[in-house]
Amino acid sequence: MTALLEVKDLKVRVEEREILHGLTLTVNPGEVHAIMGPNGSGKSTLSHVIAGKPGYEVTDGQILFRGEDLLEMEPDERAAKGVFLAFQYPVEIPGVTTWNFLHTALNAQRKARGQSQLSSPEFLKKVREVAKSLNIPQDMLKRGVNVGFSGGEKKRNEILQMALFEPAVCILDEMDSGLDIDALRIAADGVNALRSPERAMVVITHYQRLLNYIVPDFVHVMSRGRVVKSGGKDLALELEASGYTQFDDAA
Amino acid sequence: MVAAVKDTADRVRSIDVDQYRYGFETLIESEKSPKGLSEDTVRFISAKKNEPAWMLEWRLEAYRRWLTMTEPTWARVNYPKIDYQDIYYYAAPKPKKTLSSIDEIDPEILKTYEKLGIPLREVAILEGVEPPPGGEPSANRKIAVDAVFDSVSVATTFQKELKAAGVIFMPISEAIREHPELVKQYLGSVVPTSDNYFATLNSAVFSDGSFVYVPPGVRCPMELSTYFRINERNTGQFERTLIIADKGSYVSYLEGCTAPQRDENQLHAAVVELVALDDAEIKYSTVQNWYPGNSEGLGGIYNFVTKRGDCLGNHSKISWTQVETGSAITWKYPSCILRGDNSRGEFYSIAISNGHQQVDSGTKMIHFGKNTSSRIISKGIAAGKSQSTYRGLVTAHRKATGARNYTACDSLLIGDKCGAHTVPYVEAKNSSATFEHEATTSKISEDVLFYCTQRGLSQEESVGLVVNGFVKDVLQQLPMEFAVEAQKLISISLEGSVG
Repeated sequence: MTALLEVKDLKVRVEEREILHGLTLTVNPGEVHAIMGPNGSGKSTLSHVIAGKPGYEVTDGQILFRGEDLLEMEPDERAAKGVFLAFQYPVEIPGVTTWNFLHTALNAQRKARGQSQLSSPEFLKKVREVAKSLNIPQDMLKRGVNVGFSGGEKKRNEILQMALFEPAVCILDEMDSGLDIDALRIAADGVNALRSPERAMVVITHYQRLLNYIVPDFVHVMSRGRVVKSGGKDLALELEASGYTQFDDAA
Repeated sequence: MVAAVKDTADRVRSIDVDQYRYGFETLIESEKSPKGLSEDTVRFISAKKNEPAWMLEWRLEAYRRWLTMTEPTWARVNYPKIDYQDIYYYAAPKPKKTLSSIDEIDPEILKTYEKLGIPLREVAILEGVEPPPGGEPSANRKIAVDAVFDSVSVATTFQKELKAAGVIFMPISEAIREHPELVKQYLGSVVPTSDNYFATLNSAVFSDGSFVYVPPGVRCPMELSTYFRINERNTGQFERTLIIADKGSYVSYLEGCTAPQRDENQLHAAVVELVALDDAEIKYSTVQNWYPGNSEGLGGIYNFVTKRGDCLGNHSKISWTQVETGSAITWKYPSCILRGDNSRGEFYSIAISNGHQQVDSGTKMIHFGKNTSSRIISKGIAAGKSQSTYRGLVTAHRKATGARNYTACDSLLIGDKCGAHTVPYVEAKNSSATFEHEATTSKISEDVLFYCTQRGLSQEESVGLVVNGFVKDVLQQLPMEFAVEAQKLISISLEGSVG
């Protein structure tokens, strides 16, 4: 079986400084992987490089998505293939309604996949259903993209998009940052609703608490640009008790 | 330099404004005045137009005044010295016979409009130059087009329906002959011949333009529209437009321009005067897309325009809306003189510059009357190596009790080689005046672009989406027919501003 996402011995530099020193990760359909690690360990770099953010130089290694070389693709091509990144800090786009943004983006993805364009009524029906299933109020769709949204609303908007675009792999970058416990629970419920045997998730987090709500199949600990330990969900609890310092030497 | 930033910088450097879509030339024989400017040139133009003696005198007086004036240098624009003796001041398609329908227009000219996607012919076919016998006017909104090809109006449609409403819409050269009393009363009443270097030049040599008069209480039954097009090599184009809205009337006027590609710079110095009497309203919308020059910054139109509206009557209103995407140099400040009590002036502007374009534009709101109000919404978008300046003046005269102004100037930068500048002048001589000014400058950041592309939009779609969001408040002010065209134009103008 071909893995959904394969990161092989990935080395990445930013401004002449190597951030990832040979990282390997294999994700199969249906799996939920948690990537944990202290600040500066390279977690966010990994998520950015998978999604194709400019500014990173891959000096070695590969990222394959269903066997295809992801690094050869533009970010929008990767999105159309089914790679979704839920941002740690979603941006605001004033004057562009969430509704219009989602409609334009979905149709761009559909066009790239050779699918028909959704008309406004068709789209409206779909987005309403999705919003309803996630308990997201309709009026959010009428507001400018993330403009004046609370931290919780921004994260819910990310989850709404995730549900709407139906990606094959979702990377959640520090989804818990800036959320209180109630907002965190709501966001996690949204993510859990999207778990399926076809879809994989990579949950990047600094803290174990998120993993109480989104229970992973695998946990990887990153330190200084490498995965230094992998295990089952219990590894997260172990970390909670002992902290990250034990891995400093291993790196 | 961060790799990402460098990447964008490279992309911006590679902008090729030679892609200018409308750069083609129509081969039509034309009749030119001799090159250069003298009293003889002025007399030549006046004679060509069969003008009465008073009009010639008016022009000559302007010309003599112009000789004593010097070109202004205060705007933030740079261009080589203009040799005013190296310009043709008049060019007209060779007169054939008088036209009674669009079919009689030179097919070459119609083809040009077709390439531009301007629906002159389409409008004529769909709406009928002559309405079907006994047929009621269609319920669809209509646009009357007075096409100015180079300097002479070659087509005027919808005359009949306008005539029934009592609206006069004709080339100004005709109005000078047919409605001398109106022209005499109002021409130069808003922009006097002595106003400024370019307006004075225009007064001496203006070739043609539109004239509109809307009688008391009449709501003009359609949007009035003029498409300008500069077509003759080295021909300065000097348009003169005069719109008078009599008491309680309303008119919406649309002006749109594109010009074919040129090697040499072309001077354009238009004057537009609007007069709104008691309770009248004039809405003037412009989409401007003249040739901006090539990727080295050569060629392109010099656009030195004087546009001013006089809210002469109480409760009158004048609203300027502009989408400026073209020209190498833009020097333009559509303004309102709020003379009547409770009168209102509005200025909504989108100015987009790319490549090597330089824009110095804004408005003046001059409050004289009591309880006058004005609103300025300016959106400047700079990409490539362009420079965009908002320059605005808001003043309240000492008698302008209760004057109010709200100004919002927002600038958006794409790339790191362009610049945006805001130069507001505010002057209140009446202590009861309330003036508010807000200004922001932002950049389309790598983060916003990455967010959009991660959702499946291409780089260009992303920029288009962000920019359209940025200009939304102004686009909403445009008449429906124009809003679509303007949105298209905004995307075209920014083509190549990112990878």
